Amino acid sequence: MIAIKEYVRPQSIQEAYERNQKNGSRILGGMLWLKLGGGAAATAIDLSGLGLDAIEESETEFSIGAMTSLRQLETHPGLNAYTCGAAARALESIVGVQFRNLATVGGSLFGRFGFSDVLTLFLALDTAVELYHGGMVPLEAFAAQKPDRDLLIRVHVRKTPGVFGYLSMRNSRTDFPVLSCAVSRLGGEYRTVLGARPGRAMVLRDGEGLLAGGIDGTSAQAFGAWAADHTPTGSNTRGSAAYRTHLVRVLTERGLLELGGMDHGA
Amino acid sequence: MELNLMLNGRRVSGQIRPDLLLIDFLRDHGCPSVKRGCETSCCGLCTVLMDGKPVLSCSVLAARAEGHEVVTLEGLQEEASEFVGYLADQGADQCGFCNPGLVMNTIALLRENPNPTDSEIRAYLAGNLCRCSGYESQLRGIRGFLNSRSFS
Amino acid sequence: MEEKRYQYVGKPVRKKDAMALLLGKPAYLEELTPKDALVVKLLRSPHAHALIEEIDTSAAEKVPGVAAVYTWKDVPAKRFTNAGQTYPEPSPYDRLILDRRVRFVGDPVAIIAAEDEQAALRARKLIKVKYRKLEAVLDPRQAKDSPVLVHPEEDWLPLCPVGGDNRRNLVASGASEDGDVEQVLADCDIVLDRTYHTKAVQQAMMETFRTYAELDCYGRLHVISSTQIVFHVRRILSNALGIPKSRIRVDKPRIGGGFGAKQTAVCEVYPAFVTWKTGRPSRLIYTREECQIAGSPRHEMEVRVRLGASAEGKIRALDVYTLSNTGAYGEHGPTTVGLSGHKSIPLYTGGLEAYRFGFDVVYTNLQPAGAYRGYGATQGIFAVETAVNELAERLGMDPTVLRDKNMVKEGMTMPAYYGEPLNACALDRCMARCREIFGWERRYPVRDMGNGRVRAAGVAMAMQGSGISHVDVGSATVRLGDDGCYNLILGAADMGTGCDTILAQMAAECLDCPLEQVAVYGADTDASPYDSGSYASSTTYLTGRAVELACGELRENICALAGEMLGCPPEEALFQGGRVCRAGTDQFVTLAAVAARSQTSSTRAMEATASHSSPVSPPPFMVGMAEIELDKATGQVTVLDYMAVVDCGIPVNPALARVQAEGGIVQGIGMALTENVRYNGQGRPIESSFMQYRLPTRLDMGKLRVEFEHSQEPTGPFGAKSIGEIVVNTPAPALAHAIYRASGVWHRALPITPEQIALGEPEM
Repeated sequence: MIAIKEYVRPQSIQEAYERNQKNGSRILGGMLWLKLGGGAAATAIDLSGLGLDAIEESETEFSIGAMTSLRQLETHPGLNAYTCGAAARALESIVGVQFRNLATVGGSLFGRFGFSDVLTLFLALDTAVELYHGGMVPLEAFAAQKPDRDLLIRVHVRKTPGVFGYLSMRNSRTDFPVLSCAVSRLGGEYRTVLGARPGRAMVLRDGEGLLAGGIDGTSAQAFGAWAADHTPTGSNTRGSAAYRTHLVRVLTERGLLELGGMDHGA
Repeated sequence: MELNLMLNGRRVSGQIRPDLLLIDFLRDHGCPSVKRGCETSCCGLCTVLMDGKPVLSCSVLAARAEGHEVVTLEGLQEEASEFVGYLADQGADQCGFCNPGLVMNTIALLRENPNPTDSEIRAYLAGNLCRCSGYESQLRGIRGFLNSRSFS
Repeated sequence: MEEKRYQYVGKPVRKKDAMALLLGKPAYLEELTPKDALVVKLLRSPHAHALIEEIDTSAAEKVPGVAAVYTWKDVPAKRFTNAGQTYPEPSPYDRLILDRRVRFVGDPVAIIAAEDEQAALRARKLIKVKYRKLEAVLDPRQAKDSPVLVHPEEDWLPLCPVGGDNRRNLVASGASEDGDVEQVLADCDIVLDRTYHTKAVQQAMMETFRTYAELDCYGRLHVISSTQIVFHVRRILSNALGIPKSRIRVDKPRIGGGFGAKQTAVCEVYPAFVTWKTGRPSRLIYTREECQIAGSPRHEMEVRVRLGASAEGKIRALDVYTLSNTGAYGEHGPTTVGLSGHKSIPLYTGGLEAYRFGFDVVYTNLQPAGAYRGYGATQGIFAVETAVNELAERLGMDPTVLRDKNMVKEGMTMPAYYGEPLNACALDRCMARCREIFGWERRYPVRDMGNGRVRAAGVAMAMQGSGISHVDVGSATVRLGDDGCYNLILGAADMGTGCDTILAQMAAECLDCPLEQVAVYGADTDASPYDSGSYASSTTYLTGRAVELACGELRENICALAGEMLGCPPEEALFQGGRVCRAGTDQFVTLAAVAARSQTSSTRAMEATASHSSPVSPPPFMVGMAEIELDKATGQVTVLDYMAVVDCGIPVNPALARVQAEGGIVQGIGMALTENVRYNGQGRPIESSFMQYRLPTRLDMGKLRVEFEHSQEPTGPFGAKSIGEIVVNTPAPALAHAIYRASGVWHRALPITPEQIALGEPEM
């Protein structure tokens, strides 16, 4: 458990940002990973009460407050309609409802955890994070940065027309993934996102044009094989690098075929 | 620091350390039903309702409950009594240690979704571990309660 | 079969404590013992094997709120065992409360007692220890006769001749046989020689280990513990602390699950020592991490099976050798291993011409193992049942038909089961019924579901015992109270299984009274009659019989007193539940009147205590069938359906018996597919939390169905045998079988993970 000297609930984002500039300050998300990490925080800054716990849907985007719970995302009709249910599929295996009522989207993304289904999902969408100081940053760039003392305020998902799929392999149903895989066709671009490699989720694009002729059994298989060759994997207690590489191929191919089916259905 | 919250419908105040967890505050304030089964937020034994939503009280800072409404099984005896008899009839209580968390989350489920299917029940309660029962008797009990309700 | 109808026996009544538990009423140790007790914490070894060269507690002792810090220098130098077993324990006396030599990562190094948890944790950080790291024995296959000794000490003390030798890292070693195995094997058409490997798994009861201690007003040590074995704990504490048993009282509140974990005194000695030294109440509550790294998991076993059969499928010889890893201390090491042979081989008594069973149990520098539901039988049955399934596949014969030909049947004598006769056995009916309800003929063939998914089924049989023959003692006291109520006082421990209720059902049956009239209390070494405790599937069978006997005796007492009141000899007084009548007349006295009379100028105790022990341990039997769907590309196994038919004699409470079976099956599924206790190259545990150690959730177990086939065990109460343990034994072999059917590969080591299946690389 983390030892906390002082707990504050700032009245404004400005105040939260300023308090967070001090060494020893920690922003509280859902508290789930923070608690496990142990260690100490001189000041724990709670962003509750700043109105950052809602999903606002407009014609063009979803604006998701950093304190929005994973359960809110999982059950949001608009987000699930837009993502073809991928949001619910990505989140529903995370521990349990009580856990997902606490875990926040901001905490999940800010942590840039390797195992994160949330990061895997959002990387397949047209996502930017809104930082208090740094402004709008595409999620892919944000994920690659080292954590700093900026504040993640909101997550913006543009409603770029597209289709989405989400798969993961887990040794048991609510365990961390051995591999997570989100696929999308955003506008004309195919993306495959592979997480829990066990490193942080990464985006693969169809640089070789393997899917240029559309998705069918052959092209999906070819792209799966290409993805397996181009995705670094490693070993941990949940699976070996060899198994993960095998899963990259299998899940990518399956995900693409799922997308292909949606394309044909649409 | 000072903490004020609504606990089981009553205003409760106390002096707390900033890193006190809600579960420990609750256990010290007349709610021994709230159990600790792990330290890693994955067993569901400590489930309470915060502003009506089921949460893991082992993973919430007590300080965070300031100004919020927390309900434990101590505060839901009547609502729980309506259906736990059906669990008792199945022998699903077993050692009992996971029961309060299960009962709290089942109440949350039934408030959200009064007529869940079996797979909806399993999915909603997936975060409630039980090592004794094998879960099937819990499902039979909840199903029995739902059936009795729909026939009455 | 014609069965007697009973008022309470055979009825699915609610557990007496059910509503209190379901409504979250205070019932467990943490809420029933004082909050202001000293908090006890343990400093644990970071090394698998080391000697403590220096230990400095001065800084820790100065932390405000710290009451005491103890090290190996402060504890008695007399070895004992934590195993909850009847004296003389087969487990060697190989422990000190704190030892200078630490033998696994997690072995206690110091005890800290403080006013609150924060002070105890701060002090723990301030203890300075200088270790001399030693080479560790981490591989059980290399342990026997290794130059590195886990217990080189001179005062290592085995109380029983079980073939142990600490100079060879051996806790026990032995063999038994019947017939000439080598000769029969040489004559067999087919001989399979296979090695199977089951891992350590955790009981993972939801309530961790915990104990409270205080001095009572007589200056005695009063220990309240979450334990299955109050009387054994009293002996263990007496041995560990070097104080007489007359100075110790042990009792238990409700227990949040045990499954055998609490048949070992995992944490009792530490707070007991603190309280004995300081005179102050103290309490130790293990964290989940402590439970995972320093508990008492199932013994890892490697089991080699040589199975000889005829081409027609007659199983003629079984040769089983088990290597068991007891870890750093020998609790339950010598006894668990025996079940791996004695509760697997007898299943095939049918046509068996010869058997041999040999074993070695070795020390390693890993977490000490203990008792876990199934107690060695689980491991041996996984091996033998998988070998039999391998034989069936080799012969191209339906594995249920193969078993029909070879299984043990009622009336047989079992050479591999201490020559016991089989009085009651419905195993053949269990198989027939399971085959029918499960739809074996339809599900056994492998079915391609498309998209790389296949469905397949597997089968296994199991047996266990009912108590330990010639050893276990079950006891009950029944007392008549004022208005005709009864107290039933037990030394057995209800750990959630419902034995308090089940035994009360039997008492109500014998005393012809409403169940509510029987109040149950237990277990308390000051108040309960001696009982070995709740383990070895003994409570229903042995303590149940003791209840019957005690009730019979009490009825005689009641009739004698009633006879005096009615002016007739006792044999003319007829006990009729609520009253006693004089035979052949319409005269009667009410039970309440007899009770009241017994409390006025009476010299007759309206109380009876009976103890029971059995020369036999009648096996319950079970058949389990599993259907899975395998995703061949990912290796993911989805358990769709698990069907089991159990012969536990007569289920005294069918609802509770069913839940025993369902709970055991899900534990077995966990052991087969996800649960594992692993260590890194330095002997550090990997699965130290529920995040890493994956228990099955309700999404991981498919649909369970359990049915019962009755048999009548003449030595059991109302015909009952046991059910508590057997239920964990069939899932691993049945699932390994189904996975073979679906994948074409035999996985002979547990757990069988998706990775191993997908890559076609079984672990050994």
